[in-house]
Amino acid sequence: MGSGLDWNSYPVEAGSAAKFAPHPRAIVRAGTAHPMIMRILVLLLALLAASLSPASQALTPESLKPFAGDEASEKLTAIDALIAAPDARVAAVLAAIRDDRLAYTDDTHFYVGETGAYVDAVSGAAATPKADDLKPVEINNRIRAKLNAALAAMDLLSPDRAVRAKAVADLEKASDPALVALVDSALATEQDPALKATLQVVRAAFALKTSDREQKLAALVALGASESPQTRQLLLPFVEKTKEGGFVEADAELRGAAEASLKSIDQRQQKGELLGSLFTGISLGSILLLVALGLAITYGLMGVINMAHGEFLMIGAYATYVVQGWFRAHWPGAESWYLAAAIPVAFLVTAAVGAVLERTVIRFLYGRPLETLLATFGISLLLIQLTRTIFGAQNVEVANPAWMSGGIQILPNLILPWNRLYIIAFSAIVVAGVWAILNLTRLGLYVRAVTQNRAMAGCVGVKTPRVDMLAFALGAGIAGLGGVALSQIGNVGPDLGQSYIIDSFMVVVLGGVGQLAGTIVGSLSLGIVSKFLEPYAGAVLAKIMVLVFIILFIQRRPQGMFALKGRSADA
Amino acid sequence: MNATALPLEVAATSIAHEPRARLFSPAGWAAIGVALLVFGVVVPLLALAVPEGNALHLTSYALTLSGKILCYALCAVALDLVWGYCGILSLGHGLFFALGGYAMGMYLMRSIGLDGVYHMDLPDFMVFLDWKTLPWYWKGTHSFAYSALLVVLVPGLLAFVFGYFAFRSRIKGVYLSIITQALTYAAMLLFFRNDTGFGGNNGFTDFKRILGFSIHAPGTRVVLFALSGFALVGALVLCRFIVTSRLGRVVTAIRDAESRVMFCGYDPKAYKLFVWTLSAVLCGIAGALYVPQVGIINPSEMAPTNSIEMVVWVATGGRGTLFGPIVGAGVVNLAKSYFTVAAPEYWLFFLGLIFVLVTIFLPQGIVGLLRRRKQG
Repeated sequence: MGSGLDWNSYPVEAGSAAKFAPHPRAIVRAGTAHPMIMRILVLLLALLAASLSPASQALTPESLKPFAGDEASEKLTAIDALIAAPDARVAAVLAAIRDDRLAYTDDTHFYVGETGAYVDAVSGAAATPKADDLKPVEINNRIRAKLNAALAAMDLLSPDRAVRAKAVADLEKASDPALVALVDSALATEQDPALKATLQVVRAAFALKTSDREQKLAALVALGASESPQTRQLLLPFVEKTKEGGFVEADAELRGAAEASLKSIDQRQQKGELLGSLFTGISLGSILLLVALGLAITYGLMGVINMAHGEFLMIGAYATYVVQGWFRAHWPGAESWYLAAAIPVAFLVTAAVGAVLERTVIRFLYGRPLETLLATFGISLLLIQLTRTIFGAQNVEVANPAWMSGGIQILPNLILPWNRLYIIAFSAIVVAGVWAILNLTRLGLYVRAVTQNRAMAGCVGVKTPRVDMLAFALGAGIAGLGGVALSQIGNVGPDLGQSYIIDSFMVVVLGGVGQLAGTIVGSLSLGIVSKFLEPYAGAVLAKIMVLVFIILFIQRRPQGMFALKGRSADA
Repeated sequence: MNATALPLEVAATSIAHEPRARLFSPAGWAAIGVALLVFGVVVPLLALAVPEGNALHLTSYALTLSGKILCYALCAVALDLVWGYCGILSLGHGLFFALGGYAMGMYLMRSIGLDGVYHMDLPDFMVFLDWKTLPWYWKGTHSFAYSALLVVLVPGLLAFVFGYFAFRSRIKGVYLSIITQALTYAAMLLFFRNDTGFGGNNGFTDFKRILGFSIHAPGTRVVLFALSGFALVGALVLCRFIVTSRLGRVVTAIRDAESRVMFCGYDPKAYKLFVWTLSAVLCGIAGALYVPQVGIINPSEMAPTNSIEMVVWVATGGRGTLFGPIVGAGVVNLAKSYFTVAAPEYWLFFLGLIFVLVTIFLPQGIVGLLRRRKQG
């Protein structure tokens, strides 16, 4: 209580209205912090003294008198008077008015209805008015809005941070100069930096409504530091132009302050957008990476482009769907962890499909890359139609587990969704795993050897067909993992693979084959460049520009950014 | 590279000195004569002179379907020129086909005149979008001659520019294939947009007349059919002429061993660029003939799947034969018409199986199979 005005800790005693006078120290504090406010308060109090009861007794039968009348404007004034001296009783009465629970018998006897019983509005003591004489206090929407704002402002002093946060959010929408005193006292005690910053915006917004020039100027400058998205709307009227070309706001100093504040807001906004583009770019890049890794491995190894690679994604996503269904049916308690089980399942299923595909089709087409391309396209048609036959042509529903929804707020206009963050982390882990397989295992050694020189690797005893099959299965399995990731951010349907496959081909063209670094740099740069172009050019033009860029890029580096060095003329 | 598929025909130093192969065998010439007779006389008679109800009468459905297949066959021949003879597998020929179609489509849109839904001078979709004037790139399309020029120039120019950059940096094989696929994909996205002036999703449709003749009149349809047939025969003769010429032999050599051709002092770029551009132009013409017969052109023609389907016509018929692709286009498309009516859910299974089975078991296609039979 010592730190300032805290009405929740006031002792609520029946019949002692005098104890609910505004805490003298609160007024002093407000006064020392904001001399201007002090002056206004004094003015307000003087007004109150003239029109109503003495200010030291905010809640008196007298102060409620206007509510028995019909005059809405008088009721508004009365509310202002009540706000000026807030305490628990005032809050209860205001809430009662708002909720249509305040009734009166005559203009000095007011009662608050509380679930079947009545209490005296002023004292809070139990009362038993005659039910026949009771008339409800009537209010209109304007009064109701004002009450809402006033009650919110009172909540600003609550010790509960959540209540305060809600109050601040409510106040951002309303701007009632009468609440200034409350906001100021809240500002003086508020310790939470985020709430305090928002409160300052609210305070400035209130100040802009006043006619005092000094206050306005201070508010305009203060708003420049605001992070709230609504600030712009407050500032814009000050720099608006009339039809004749002049400014609506005649005062150049005010206008200048508003312009400067707008500029600094725009700069921060831009920073947020820039970071946002970067993030979505990395997010897209990490998905492309999951798709393109397998393509790049198999293309580097066997020189074939697998047109059915997109369908491996689709199989991975459907595997996730099936695992989810299994968990729902058999193990509902652990449903939010189905994703963890889906990862190995999707990998194994797609790897198996890939191995079968390699054994039954691609094997027979070695040395004929163009034919392989056509055959795998046929496979992709077969897989799509097969999926339609089994699961139907409609998209299936794959739910985000609870721990993946939501996001973290970095800037006011930048929220990083958890599912995208997880996917970025996931693809980083997958890349690390692939790197480990390629560089630390015997299979990886063989894969690299066959990629460099198939004939020579065969001569020294590497079983190249076996390496081909395993590498192909690995590539397919990675795509399956990509499918798990995609199921968390997009629709899962038979055509899922089609939308990513062309972009991932472009990654392979851009990054070159046979080296992990090429695929990583290729996919991330493709993702980031597309997302940076999109706000300016639109998604379609961005795609076209990226394609043109790639065609021009391979003029200089036909083998991609990270080509394997070799001396073959046909490389 | 294609050692298993086709004999290595390179004796590079003597490429230019081989005696010129004859254009067609006598039987081939006879077949061409018969084809011209069928397209120009027999079909028109069956469609127009034979009364409806007669068993020999060619219905308008059959006429449209066969006209459509002729256009597809023309595409297949064009694709065979680059794939079968130059080793360039294009997965983007649907783009050139659609561009030719769009150029012709705009002429047809303009000749609707004031009879459109809105009775305005502008095409309906532009009125709908509240456009006031034609965008610059559609200026002059009311003239048939200019539109016909666009049909040839637009696909040709695009192919030339794209091919110049692609062949200059020696992009080939699957790399080139997937880039052509990306090209047609990007174009499809562009044409799907409403604000690019290509009619968006719906494309161009609701045509009324061509050169003043009603587009629905049987006579007009027969003429369009015959023109498609003649264009196909013309393209076949032209392509055959090219592949049997000295230039054609260099092109074939590039297919089989590009590096060796280069080491012999030839510049593969110019040869590739020539056949590539010509192929695109032929595809554009096919598209222009296709649109008035089918009555609609929309961006789905540019879908990557359509272009790959063209490739499967060539593969099924037999690549590097010029005649085979015509057979392939006919067989696959007749099957498609059958399936889409009888069992639509099995069409993709069938198409997918063709891709797989033809590439594994029939690398030379139907024509190759027949030739092998003949040789014993």
